[in-house]
Amino acid sequence: MAETNLFGGLTGGMLIGLAAALLLLVNGRIAGISGILGGLITANSPSERLWRGAFIIGLVCGAAIYSWLYGGLPLQLQAGNLLLLLAGLLVGFGTRLGSGCTSGHGVCGLARRSPRSLVATATFIACGMLTVYVMRHVF
Amino acid sequence: MLPVISSFALGVLFAFGLAISEMIDPARVTGFLDIFGRWDPTLFFVMGGALAVTVTLFPWIQKRERSLLGEPFHMPAQSHIEARLIIGAAIFGIGWGLAGLCPGPAIAGLASGSGGVLLFVLAMIAGQWLAGRFNPR
Repeated sequence: MAETNLFGGLTGGMLIGLAAALLLLVNGRIAGISGILGGLITANSPSERLWRGAFIIGLVCGAAIYSWLYGGLPLQLQAGNLLLLLAGLLVGFGTRLGSGCTSGHGVCGLARRSPRSLVATATFIACGMLTVYVMRHVF
Repeated sequence: MLPVISSFALGVLFAFGLAISEMIDPARVTGFLDIFGRWDPTLFFVMGGALAVTVTLFPWIQKRERSLLGEPFHMPAQSHIEARLIIGAAIFGIGWGLAGLCPGPAIAGLASGSGGVLLFVLAMIAGQWLAGRFNPR
């Protein structure tokens, strides 16, 4: 495992926070990625679909630009295809049922001092830790 | 057109944050979740950096009547802590631990061209759709 990335973590984290704050300031929207994606499918007005689609495409383009500038993305998959399929289903199902993910509950909800987001964030971090424990140290 | 342009630009900025912090890398995420192994606290610093900005700016932004583009603020309406919130967060946490991927990094990670990330994102969309059918809000 690589060394702790203190500088990259803090500066990257601040950029994530800045993007979330600006989306609220400029567009009046919460930067919750699972919610933005979910609404892209369920929204009934074209303007709703447009800003959501633009953000999602922006995410992919941003990562592509980074990859082009720095010669690749730091990305090592930790699971095979079957596990990725199962994990994707659980992440999609859980974020829809629980109304948010790491960005919506973790970055935005905690900043709004939402008790729901605090409970959700504590729950998904605890369950993530338990899952990794079982995967790496039990089996 | 302006909301679409700003939304796109902020998606780009968000992805840069994910790439610079290496949260786009599932190995960093599982390293953070592995508290009984060689714990990697990077995600903790990412959360700290992001929250330092949002905790400072959100209250100031929310003092406004409307957004810069004249939109009302679209805030989550629910305030009760119900079973579905906790069950949903728990299911999400299990999936997050299994692959080290959550929605933002997974979508940004599509830029890597990895078939595995694409598979995860398609499954995630299917999971959201299933949850909507099973338990619509």
